[in-house]
Amino acid sequence: MKIMIGQGSCGIASGAKKTAAEFEKLAKSKGIKIDIQPTGCIGSCYLEPIVDVIDESGHLTRYVKIKPEHVSEIMDKHIIGKKPVEKYEITNEGKSFLDKQKRIALKNCGLINPENIQDYIAVGGYSAVRKALFQMTQDEICVEIDKAILRGRGGGGFPTGKKWMQVKKQINPVKYVVCNGDEGDPGAFMDRSIMEGDPHKMLEGMIIAGIATGAREAYIYVRAEYPLAVHRLEIAIEQAEKSGYLGENILNSGFDFTIKINLGAGAFVCGEGSALTASIEGNRGMPRVKPPRTVEQGLFDKPTVLNNVETFSHVSEIILYGASAYKKVGTAKSPGTKAFALTGNIVSSGLIEVPMGTTLREVIYEIGGGIKNDKKFKAVQIGGPSGGCLTEKHMDLRLDFDSLIDAGAMIGSGGLVVMDEDTCMVSIARFFMNFTQHESCGKCVPCREGTHVMLEILDDIVSGRGSIDQIDTLLELADTISHTSLCGLGKTAASPIVSTIAQFREEYLAHVVDKRCPAKSCSGLKRIEILADKCKGCSKCQRVCPVNAISGKLKEPYVIDQQKCIKCKVCIDACNFFKAIIEE
Amino acid sequence: MLNEYMIINGARIPFKDEKNILDVVRNAGIELPTFCYYSELSVYGACRMCIVEDSRGEILTACSTPPKTGMAIKTTTPKLQKHRKIILKLLLASHCRECTTCSKSGACRLQDLANRFGIKEIRFDKSEKAFKDEYPIDESSPSIIRNPNKCIQCGDCVRMCSEKQNVGAIDFAQRGYELKVCPAFDMPIAETECVNCGQCAAVCPTGAIVIKCHISEVWEAVHDTGKRVIAQVAPAVRFALGEEFHIPSGENVMPLIAAAMRKIGFDEIYDTSFGADLTVIEETGEFANKLSSGAKLPLFTSCCPAWIKYVENRHPDLIPQISSCKSPQQMFGTVIKEYHKTAANNDGRETIVVSVMPCTAKKGEALREEFRRDGRQDVDLVITTQELSNMFYEAGINFDRLEPEALDMPFGIFSGAGLIFGVTGGVTEAVIRKITEDKTHNGINNVQFCGARGLEGVKEFEFPLGERQLRIAVVSGLKNADDLILKIKSGEVHYDFIEVMACPNGCINGAGQPHGKIFERESRAKGIYAADKQSRIRHSDANPMLAPLYEGILKDKAHELLHVHYKNGGE
Repeated sequence: MKIMIGQGSCGIASGAKKTAAEFEKLAKSKGIKIDIQPTGCIGSCYLEPIVDVIDESGHLTRYVKIKPEHVSEIMDKHIIGKKPVEKYEITNEGKSFLDKQKRIALKNCGLINPENIQDYIAVGGYSAVRKALFQMTQDEICVEIDKAILRGRGGGGFPTGKKWMQVKKQINPVKYVVCNGDEGDPGAFMDRSIMEGDPHKMLEGMIIAGIATGAREAYIYVRAEYPLAVHRLEIAIEQAEKSGYLGENILNSGFDFTIKINLGAGAFVCGEGSALTASIEGNRGMPRVKPPRTVEQGLFDKPTVLNNVETFSHVSEIILYGASAYKKVGTAKSPGTKAFALTGNIVSSGLIEVPMGTTLREVIYEIGGGIKNDKKFKAVQIGGPSGGCLTEKHMDLRLDFDSLIDAGAMIGSGGLVVMDEDTCMVSIARFFMNFTQHESCGKCVPCREGTHVMLEILDDIVSGRGSIDQIDTLLELADTISHTSLCGLGKTAASPIVSTIAQFREEYLAHVVDKRCPAKSCSGLKRIEILADKCKGCSKCQRVCPVNAISGKLKEPYVIDQQKCIKCKVCIDACNFFKAIIEE
Repeated sequence: MLNEYMIINGARIPFKDEKNILDVVRNAGIELPTFCYYSELSVYGACRMCIVEDSRGEILTACSTPPKTGMAIKTTTPKLQKHRKIILKLLLASHCRECTTCSKSGACRLQDLANRFGIKEIRFDKSEKAFKDEYPIDESSPSIIRNPNKCIQCGDCVRMCSEKQNVGAIDFAQRGYELKVCPAFDMPIAETECVNCGQCAAVCPTGAIVIKCHISEVWEAVHDTGKRVIAQVAPAVRFALGEEFHIPSGENVMPLIAAAMRKIGFDEIYDTSFGADLTVIEETGEFANKLSSGAKLPLFTSCCPAWIKYVENRHPDLIPQISSCKSPQQMFGTVIKEYHKTAANNDGRETIVVSVMPCTAKKGEALREEFRRDGRQDVDLVITTQELSNMFYEAGINFDRLEPEALDMPFGIFSGAGLIFGVTGGVTEAVIRKITEDKTHNGINNVQFCGARGLEGVKEFEFPLGERQLRIAVVSGLKNADDLILKIKSGEVHYDFIEVMACPNGCINGAGQPHGKIFERESRAKGIYAADKQSRIRHSDANPMLAPLYEGILKDKAHELLHVHYKNGGE
């Protein structure tokens, strides 16, 4: 018998360590020999802590939301009594969350122990390195990746094979492979889960990139805010070195390859390639102008392959099974799968991986289980602060690189924030603009100054000081910022605003013309109203109002002059008997 | 590669080795607006003003895009005009609005471009909280004043300080709207490794870094009847000051400067070239001693105070190899003060030495402990070329219409060797004129071909001295100097004599000069050499005023008065 307990960041946050400790404690006290191991996140973060019990025949029973107090029952009935405890088992709905997915990058996440290389090798790990080293030439590797049309999963969608070929043909003898693990989008955690749940798969992709391009040194740039990912990567690199997959003379092939970890200091802009390499070099993380491109002069001015975690995790699959097999999944121009982090007002939040081209409807309703608390779907923000929002009319839009751009959004790194009817889209736009403005490096004028002016305008709008012409000003600024900014961060900084204005202009108008927030979420736009049917006309409110905003005749309903009202709510307190005054 | 061309605004414009579209556009007679582009610094691409539109309607920054043959671009389209105006308006929205009292007013590129684009209103007026007026002004340096409220974050100063000067005293801090340029940990600039070269101020497009002004102190001295105000004017000043009065750069306006300074009340006007002649005598003597005694070489020159400060900061082990000669400014200051102490020349008034320099580091040099005697500075006040021209403006001097006047005596006579100190290679050439055996007109003339001339950052050559071939290097720009020092330290190269000037191209491009483009600097250098050629005295030994001086106040005191031992030194 073997017990796998989900201990990604999500599992640990839900108390998986306590659950694991309880299992170990009970096993010891009962004298049962049982193999208890940690695993990464299976994706169903909302069901953590997840405990998989695998019996001698290999049959897997999945228990969900297991707290320490549930452990002894599982121990007694299932481990000792050999009878699964049905009431803790995953429901069919829970299963459908997983069954509807197609997992390549996340294939092993939540199933193997990420801290043990043998687990990875047992599921075929590192055989792609072997194949790349001994059965393929550098060109064949690049061509295979190119034929698979593996597009960069970090958001840009640049064809990875083309990138590798360009680096391969550079004559400079020193080249680098860099893995971008600086996942900074609010609501995105695909890369973290891979690094925590299956670090070797990504390392394998990096090694193959080294083989293909002739690079011998690699860096993983990972956020310092991901301590568990860093820890598991360190273990993985050490184990890979000991097992001969990394270091000098890999598998006696004569090929040397080393990987170093570099911690980022939490700047979102360091996810941009040239800022990232500047940061590794020890410089300020600021994007630079191109050309030269990273493939020509990247890290330390040397030719550099720069891909993100998820992209590297697709490589071994393509090398092992070939481009044509890979292309059977996904769409013609965007083959393969894409991981999405599903968060917000959705029933089953977590991490999913689906074929490119899956519709939004399938993702939200069939996998995600629909909107929480039976609310109405309003929009989904895709691509984080660089992306845009999709609405009801986009439900049958296929999620892939090109169709999303056509829809005014972008796949980004893959964050999907689902919003229900109670969400104010102006506030959402303001939230992302606030994020971008604070994360802008400040180098180029349009991004540094322009986003700041946009944020000030959005602040005005959500607090009731907005005017109708400001909507045009926002669009005018957005046009200049997106066309003249230096890097991708600036070029896409205004996208959430442009997209929310396009989809929800009437909501902006309600804020600036009617001074009303339709979702009732902007506190600056709340109104104090006297309910005419409840008001007895006692005049108490009128007497306490400090700004004389309330008027009326005795014994008739009073009214509030919204222009004068300062929303101090003294009147609400005064009317505590009849409760005729409300805030809405 | 022949006949490469671009189509700019419909016209076929050939290009050769231009690195970017911006330079090709310049060939087409169009000056694209920029804040952050200097051909001598790395391409930064942050101001986004030099945008152009290609045939597909894509917007590119001209500074960072290499030219391609056949490429068609337009430089003025509705789109580009709109974007440029918005960028300018965004900059203006958060920029300090003290134009009327700003020392950069009239020379500010932000002001200039706002005028050029007809921007007459502040469009994106910010809330008070967002308006950048909260940063304290840093006046700690003797040479520059930093006012971060006027900074547009173009990074020119940062790149100048690190790329050309290898100092890196300032860099960016914070991010987004909070981005600012400051020394590490926002320390006062005087507490950093800043060498006071002022090149940051020279490239600053706005008033965020300006040169510290000492005009009012000079006026005060000039108006004080109890003070005898003696001026010394450095060689490089006269070839650039005319630019402020529409006189072509490189024209020697020293006789006009003398006339103007007398008009505004200076008592005596001398030439720092005289101090330079003294330096040549002393430094050559020191070099000869070092050569004969087998002391450690190279001998580094000591005229440039920014270079001295750089050595103290970065290579204190080299201080024993720095010439012990005071700089011409300080030698001359000492001599003037000493001369006026003698009974015959003391008229009872207090002597105030004001030097007019192309340099901002000289302001710091004059303040150094080593250059005070009896509690008084040898040089009391230092103003730059630009400050002097401002004084002329204030006094209403019609500079270009003045009658030329001669300098005062006895220190108004100098050699051409002293004069060429104003350009990189000048000190070296002056020293060679002294050591060369052939002192005939032709002999001195031929020294110009030794290899010391030219505006390159690093020049090296050999010169025969008796049996020996002297290995000599001439460097300008501290990054060049540092690279050379590292090579010397690693044993890769050896030299006997090295001239170092901190400012690229030497003093003609000092930060106190009117800001000069490359061709203006070339004209200034040509002007210096032309004036040298016309001078009757070509080498320092031939200066007839030196012998009486060495027999007089310098008798037995030359070493004490003309040499210095820097306190940070290892000697």
